[in-house]
Amino acid sequence: MKKFWISLGVAAALMLNGCGGGEKKEEKKAEAPAAAPAAAPVDDANAATVTGKVAFSGAKPTAKTISMEATPACARAHSTPQKSEEAVVNDNGTLRYTFVWVKAGLPDRQWPAASNTVALDQSGCMYRPHMLGVRAGQDIEVTNSDPTNHNIHPLPKVNREWNESQPPKGDKKIKQFAREEVMIPVKCNVHPWMKSYIGVVNHPFFAVTGEDGAFTLKGLPPGEYTIEAWHEKYGAMEQKVKVEAKESKAVDFEFKG
Amino acid sequence: MLHRFSVLVACSTLLLVVAGALVTSNDAGLSVPDWPLSYGQLMPKMEGGIFWEHGHRMVATTVGFLTLILAVWIARVETRPWLRILGWSALGAVVAQGLLGGITVLLLQPKPVSIGHACLAELFFSTTVAIAWFTSPAWRRGGPNVEDPGLHRLALAAPVSVFIQLALGAAARHKALGALAHIAWAPVTTGMVLWLVTRILMRHSGHGQLRTPALALVTITFAQVFLGIAAYMSRIATVDAPQPMKVMVVFTSAHVALGAMTLACSILTGIQVFRYAGRVSACPTIPEALPANS
Repeated sequence: MKKFWISLGVAAALMLNGCGGGEKKEEKKAEAPAAAPAAAPVDDANAATVTGKVAFSGAKPTAKTISMEATPACARAHSTPQKSEEAVVNDNGTLRYTFVWVKAGLPDRQWPAASNTVALDQSGCMYRPHMLGVRAGQDIEVTNSDPTNHNIHPLPKVNREWNESQPPKGDKKIKQFAREEVMIPVKCNVHPWMKSYIGVVNHPFFAVTGEDGAFTLKGLPPGEYTIEAWHEKYGAMEQKVKVEAKESKAVDFEFKG
Repeated sequence: MLHRFSVLVACSTLLLVVAGALVTSNDAGLSVPDWPLSYGQLMPKMEGGIFWEHGHRMVATTVGFLTLILAVWIARVETRPWLRILGWSALGAVVAQGLLGGITVLLLQPKPVSIGHACLAELFFSTTVAIAWFTSPAWRRGGPNVEDPGLHRLALAAPVSVFIQLALGAAARHKALGALAHIAWAPVTTGMVLWLVTRILMRHSGHGQLRTPALALVTITFAQVFLGIAAYMSRIATVDAPQPMKVMVVFTSAHVALGAMTLACSILTGIQVFRYAGRVSACPTIPEALPANS
């Protein structure tokens, strides 16, 4: 019996240690990404642009009402019932919160590192913004503007999963994801309606559609690319586009309800 | 007194199973990222998912202490060595269960650990029910033996089948498997239970010690089948909801709790079969005369 408990304790200790070890490994990789040609300035004079919009056809989805009664502080933050942001069709018939990015075709090189920090706030017990895109290794500043506890729990498949609490108006957290992954769902288990999605890519050619459903991918070197549009409810679709130097091309997507 | 206390422990354990089911159904398993403390405190603000997760921890702690008292009490007053071992086993199970719960939080719900946590919960509940049964006056009274050695295999197969079904259910809830395996195994389990119960009622309906648990088992099993259908339908109906809906939470948690009761009842039926059904010549009297001090 004694041996059994000792074995169980050792196994538990090894498992816990193993978890921590994974974190260190990933941090190392984040510091030194995969070997690729060194960063070179993008040739702005010859850069091409891909623009477009993400349209929606079919019956407009009815936004589900969120019940925040389990946390009065959340309910108080909204004068009218908060709706789910899973599928938001804009007034112009386009789809909001679609992640558009260059999935393939870029030359094998390092792109200049992103210097800015991307913000992810918890406000009114909703993630703001609902969807965001970052570069691999780029800082994400997570804040809690609510007068209640939250836990931030990304669920990546490629990057390291983590789950941390953040007290009301608590200290900011600076986080990164080391590897490209489209998309990483983020949830708060305290408030199960809170969901966000983070697209992590190795280059700067991505966008999230907003109130006009449009996107712009600027500064592309001439070439042939696969552009993907990803939506949390309607899935992903791809299109190929070839752009010459200084050329601007339109690529439109259409999701069906 | 020991019997009443063991009934209290069994009832508290059922409450703990319900509390655990509510955590999973409300998707609140990781709402408290730290362990053994919650948000670095003994008592965080109980709201949202924290209410379910920390509430589960509070009930678990209480059951842990109750089980400790039960094990010590049994060790002090019981003369049956196997019951003393069972008491300590219950304590070991609740400690292991607490560790599994902690590991599942700290390692972000690895599926084998979460499923193990769910399965051990059901086994621990059955252990407390068995202890309550072994310390009861009904157990002490005993009954006549009956000739039916072939019943042993069925009495063993039924709880094993129920346990497999519970494990498949846990695997579906923790997304290791789809619901299909759990649904497919349900007729097998129901069939095994029906076979056992029918044979008991057909051959030994006059034996109260065998008839009563058999009737309880078939009643619970049928209720469980209907609750399972209700839980599945409620999950399908609310799949697009932005958060776990009450109808799904209630049906699913009730299904988990009744699953624990099905296992416990099938084990009790099995115990009764092994005690009373066999070769009459091999066991001519009631197996044990119990001490009066329990």
